[in-house]
Amino acid sequence: MALLEVEKVCKSFRGLRAVVDASFGVAEGSIVGLIGPNGAGKTTIFNVVAGVLVPDSGEIRFGGRRIDGLRPDQVCAAGIGRTFQLVRPFAGLSVLDNVIVGALKRAAGVPEARRHALEILEKLGLGARRDLPAAALTLPDRKRLEVARALATRPRLLLLDEVMAGLRPTECDQMVEVFREINRREGLTILLIEHVMRAVMALAQHIVVLHHGEIIARGTPEKVVRDPAVLECYLGEETEV
Amino acid sequence: MNRRAAVLLAMLAAALILLPAVANSYVLSVATLILFFAYTGQAWNVMMGFAGQLSLGHSLYVGVAAYAAAGLFFHFGIGPWAGVWLAMLLCTALGAVIGFLAFRFGISGVYFALLTIAFAEFTRIGFDHIDWLGGPGGLFIKVEQREHMDLLDLRGPPQMFYYVMLALTAGAFALCAWLLRSRAGYYWQAIREDEQAAQALGINTFRWKMLAMVLSSALTALAGVFFAFYYNNLFPEQIFHISRSIEIILGPVIGGVGTLFGPILGAAVLTILADSITELLAALGIEIPGVKQVFYGVVLLAVVMFLPHGIWPTLARKLGLEGRD
Repeated sequence: MALLEVEKVCKSFRGLRAVVDASFGVAEGSIVGLIGPNGAGKTTIFNVVAGVLVPDSGEIRFGGRRIDGLRPDQVCAAGIGRTFQLVRPFAGLSVLDNVIVGALKRAAGVPEARRHALEILEKLGLGARRDLPAAALTLPDRKRLEVARALATRPRLLLLDEVMAGLRPTECDQMVEVFREINRREGLTILLIEHVMRAVMALAQHIVVLHHGEIIARGTPEKVVRDPAVLECYLGEETEV
Repeated sequence: MNRRAAVLLAMLAAALILLPAVANSYVLSVATLILFFAYTGQAWNVMMGFAGQLSLGHSLYVGVAAYAAAGLFFHFGIGPWAGVWLAMLLCTALGAVIGFLAFRFGISGVYFALLTIAFAEFTRIGFDHIDWLGGPGGLFIKVEQREHMDLLDLRGPPQMFYYVMLALTAGAFALCAWLLRSRAGYYWQAIREDEQAAQALGINTFRWKMLAMVLSSALTALAGVFFAFYYNNLFPEQIFHISRSIEIILGPVIGGVGTLFGPILGAAVLTILADSITELLAALGIEIPGVKQVFYGVVLLAVVMFLPHGIWPTLARKLGLEGRD
């Protein structure tokens, strides 16, 4: 049984079918990539899993337990951490305080949360910037902060929504290394939406391709990028394989 | 807090404790008023400054608490130290009802502010029709024993009221300083900055916003009880009026929303300036109605334009009070 099971999930917005009958699983300890052109329904699936949206039909199970219909904070409590595509730092708070807010979820008190937050900041290379206000960070650092905050909630499954977008190739590689490390050391399961194919190919062991809300292909990265259906839907799109 | 800030805070505390020994009754009454607004501003700041929920109806809690305690004293001779519990209970319940309605049904921002105004306004109109509490004609507590300090019934000389208000303000300051460093403080600030991101980090935003609401209304209730026994007269038209709510929020807005010292500084600046201009105009023989309000407006405008985060953050930086040792 997969850690996360998405089964026959549908979601429409005023007649626009954003996700149609999507079914896939994310095995414990794996890294799965969710790709597809703009408007394919990737972020909608994320929001349904994260509790921001309620699916019209279908089921979502996490660790065997139904989680569709739960509030975002309950989904987080169940063990799913997420980042936002458009980063949402607590701009007025310091970098450290941002991460402490996340760490408080599983900490007995502020001192424990602070220790945990400092560890995570070091891991993501933000240690030196911990006292800066989050608003003062550059975009790559904001993306790192977004990840740090989600990691601080000690999730079993991490949902990454385009955390590589806007990063330079070297920064992207660093980030990939961070996720690989966490996945290998702590067995963290990751589901990522990503446009940067360089990162998807390097990270994901399994890829699910969405197009117009439907899953059109799935499999290993090597297999998926040669799939004619995938190539067709990406035609005209800029891909850097 | 660094050492410099600690020393300054200790000096300020000492000066405030010693003030009645040197001040005349006029200065003491101004100081009491400053502390009153510093305290209510602090209470309001818990909601707006910490949790980001704009209340424009805090006069509701001042008024309900004042009437509750004064009514018990007037009709049954029950003292304010007992009445304060009823006052806090009523205000907490009111805060919880408003909070539930707003947060459960997703009313936020200016719509939330409108809801708080609406509650204060219809309570004002409602109290005009409660004859048991004097109706529009007002409720009066007998003024007596001015020289004898009767702390139990909150009857006594101005010095006593000053010290009661000073204790309340110091208590609220300490409570807020502690809250800001606790889980609640972190969660409130996260909700203030970005509610959706806060939810994604596992924060039950409904619950924590309710806590801010209930705490703020309970704190404000204490100020209401003080108000009743300090001024000895209550009129719905005055105590529930929206201008009262505005007066409460001006201190923290001018001093610095969300800061610990902003409400205190803002209350001091506004009260002293407003009183000096009133005095100045009286000395010059000029009598213009509403000049105080115009003055408030001008100061508010200046602060918003030149110090959008309030006076305190800039002042603290200039004085080197930021950061830790």
